[in-house]
Amino acid sequence: MSSTAAPPTLSRKDFVTDQDVRWCPGCGDYSILAQVQKVMPELGIARENIVFVSGIGCSSRFPYYMNTYGFHSIHGRAPAIATGLKATRPELSVWVVTGDGDGLSIGGNHLLHVLRRNVDINLLLFNNRIYGLTKGQYSPTSEMGKVTKSTPLGSIDYPLNPVSVALGAEATFVARTLDVDAKHLQEIIRRASEHRGAAFVEILQNCNIFNDGAWSAISDKASKPDNALLLEHGKPMIFGRQRDKGIRMNGHKLEVVTLGDEVSEAELLVHDEQDPVLAFLLGAMHGPAFPTPLGVLRAVQRQTYDEAINSQVALATEKQGPGDLDELFSRGDTWTV
Amino acid sequence: MEPDSGTASVAGAGASKRFEEREDVVIRFAGDSGDGMQLAGQHFTNETALAGNDLSTLPDFPAEIRAPTGTLAGVSGFQLHFSSRDVFTPGDAPDVLVAMNPAALKVNVGDLQANGILIVDKEQFNEQNLKKAEFAANPLTDGSLDRFQLFEVDITKLTINALNDLGLPTRTMMRSRNFFALGLTSWLFQRPIEPTLKWIEQKFKKTAALADANARVIRAGWNFGETAEMFRTAYTVKAATIAPGHYRNITGNQAAALGFVAAARRAGLPLFLGSYPITPASDILHELSTYKNFNVLTFQAEDEIAGIGAALGAAFGGAVALTSTSGPGVCLKAETINLAICTELPLIIADIQRGGPSTGLPTKTEQADLLLALFGRNSDSPIPVLAPATPAECFTMAFEAVRIALTYMTPVFFLSDGYLANGAEPWLIPQAADLPAIPVAYRTDPNGYFPYLRDAETLSRPWAVPGTPGLEHRIGGLEKDYLTGNVSYAPANHEQMVRVRFRKIAGIAREIPPTPINGAVTGDLLLLGWGSTYGALEAATRALNADGHRVGHVHLRYLNPLPQDLGDILQRFRQVLVPELNMGQLVKLIRAEYLVDAIGLNKIQGQPFKVSEVIAKSKKMMEIAR
Repeated sequence: MSSTAAPPTLSRKDFVTDQDVRWCPGCGDYSILAQVQKVMPELGIARENIVFVSGIGCSSRFPYYMNTYGFHSIHGRAPAIATGLKATRPELSVWVVTGDGDGLSIGGNHLLHVLRRNVDINLLLFNNRIYGLTKGQYSPTSEMGKVTKSTPLGSIDYPLNPVSVALGAEATFVARTLDVDAKHLQEIIRRASEHRGAAFVEILQNCNIFNDGAWSAISDKASKPDNALLLEHGKPMIFGRQRDKGIRMNGHKLEVVTLGDEVSEAELLVHDEQDPVLAFLLGAMHGPAFPTPLGVLRAVQRQTYDEAINSQVALATEKQGPGDLDELFSRGDTWTV
Repeated sequence: MEPDSGTASVAGAGASKRFEEREDVVIRFAGDSGDGMQLAGQHFTNETALAGNDLSTLPDFPAEIRAPTGTLAGVSGFQLHFSSRDVFTPGDAPDVLVAMNPAALKVNVGDLQANGILIVDKEQFNEQNLKKAEFAANPLTDGSLDRFQLFEVDITKLTINALNDLGLPTRTMMRSRNFFALGLTSWLFQRPIEPTLKWIEQKFKKTAALADANARVIRAGWNFGETAEMFRTAYTVKAATIAPGHYRNITGNQAAALGFVAAARRAGLPLFLGSYPITPASDILHELSTYKNFNVLTFQAEDEIAGIGAALGAAFGGAVALTSTSGPGVCLKAETINLAICTELPLIIADIQRGGPSTGLPTKTEQADLLLALFGRNSDSPIPVLAPATPAECFTMAFEAVRIALTYMTPVFFLSDGYLANGAEPWLIPQAADLPAIPVAYRTDPNGYFPYLRDAETLSRPWAVPGTPGLEHRIGGLEKDYLTGNVSYAPANHEQMVRVRFRKIAGIAREIPPTPINGAVTGDLLLLGWGSTYGALEAATRALNADGHRVGHVHLRYLNPLPQDLGDILQRFRQVLVPELNMGQLVKLIRAEYLVDAIGLNKIQGQPFKVSEVIAKSKKMMEIAR
């Protein structure tokens, strides 16, 4: 993310608005808001240069609580609005806050395109696997068979996996983190902010009213070590309460192995954020047979859209000179009466 | 007058040609959609503009890029009306028809004036093509064309003869047939072919063989007219008396694109276009994407919604924001337009109307999006709607749309249509320095700042763009507090906000110039129109007044708000006729707004009004009233 001059030291409080936060007590969004407000002052970006854009849904109320510029828009369209804003104002730090319904259902199209274009924005997708604001219908990430108000006999829709979708669009930065893991969440937000290009972050988030415990296997202290794989660039993929399990390649497939006499740490996969293939394998990995990977799955560099669109303007201006309206009006054959 | 094309080039025959002066000519080029009729028409238009005539054009082409060759569905036409007097329409019925194949003849011959000039490519009237065009007998020989001056020219053969030493494939040579027709008609009406030759040289700079071929063929066409004994008369049309100035020929979409660029420049801001390709609006995207050095950013979005969404994001960031589309796209953009209304950000929606509903008639014109523009959104959502009346006026109204959007912090509809978009007319080129400046002042002062604090006169809210220290604020689609812009569900506040949004838009009427009335300023009948029907209504008004009737013509450029003086004007006429290319949309508004018993004249054929249709209805109304 680009930024202008470093601001005077700001604190978390500078990013809090006077509006009452109106999420349900116990909602995972509170933690996400707190971590974002905590990280913001550390990014070295002037507050006036930060813009939060959102769509519709519980998560999309986020901008009202951030004392920056904010745009609470319409359902699913935040990536499009952010694209226009960033294209015309590339010096701004633009953040999109969306949810599994907003980002993957009604706004799925825009999500794909903002990622493949590599617009230099940060996109936080709060995934609670349910429609909360409309009071509990299944979402595009709800599991098969999910019983909700609109699926009394269970959902028959196969769910989307957000990181696989992002990787499919060849997003240059794809990460996954957890609402309740404050430190990890902060670290990922920081990484997303630093990334030049579209940064996609799936945040596993708990809706304690309509889908409580959706991520408990990964979020509960007791079960987390066996169900989550913390990815670190350049480090072998080890997990488990005893740190005795790992991920190994077997042919072209991943497998879970137990470290010991038979398998040494050297045989395990070493995470590489720039590997063109690995992220796809990791993105598709899920329980119960595999741990859910958390961290940065992929981080690569590619020209950003906002840079490209503005460099064309600069190039045209350099080649043709700054436009002259009188010359423009008189193009083609003209005559004088 | 049976031609013998084999021995057509009789030396010295040119000397015996007569010249006859005409005041007014309507010519139509028709052929297969692959025959290059649009190109021939455009160059004939350009030559005619340079000859100093007033003119108006009507391109009419199928939605299919290449319908099966030689079929009725694949016929493409281009009509041009030029004159030594003022021209208001592309003309009701052509005086001259060029038909490149039987299908083109079949589709168009019904419109040709009796004793009109009919030029056909004789060789194309073979058994196969006649069958494709569903002719039972060859019309060239069965006497069905006796009422016309028929010229059977071997365009195909003569084109190939002109090129056969160049070693080009037959297919390539066949593609030049349109230039033969252009050369021949250029001679027939004594149009200068030099500008076309210059264009050919430029266009085929990298393929000298093609440049040579096309230049040869256009000359061959001209020379054929001059030397063959077939055409005994050539026609001249004197230059029209046109206001002095510097002119170019321009289509509505070109003019609109220039208007948007000029307005952004006069506002001192970048122009951002977010758009998705759609007929007949795409040319605005094409044009603007070549103007990057004017600080123009064009974004071809993934869909209509993203096009307007990105534009709204750019508006939030402080740019002049534009989205261009046609009716189906407007349907998709409705929710974002409402977001722009709620957040009170400036945004232009250029709707180049086409026939509907649904996909409808993509390449044909209609004016049926007026009520969509005015009301096609949830809840009470007032928006200014402007409509240019002629292709050249697209420039002025595009400029005005930007001015209103920036002055009042509101989305604005620019309502053009397929006929204006693709039709061309001479444009009096303005001086950039003469265009009004559009003053824009972003809010920068944090003292006393509230996001919805309104200007006392315009009721617009401040434009505080991201990057401005101390003005950090949040906007969105939830109802706003009247002053702070914070989310508010308070009942009285909502009513206050709905009412102020209405008052703001209604207040624009203060700035609308007095409505001009053409023809009689009071009398028996008022022709009230909007948009592209201008030419037909104006020509009808002049004809009716010349005939002794007291008929006035008012053409609305501002559809919302309506001009303040319109109510008084309506009272000055005994009857009001509202001709529209729809089922009656403006007429509904007029009846509702002014309690006037206005009558509609409605045509929904994807084609503009003929002057004669407007005259006939006007006369009937006045007779009944008598």
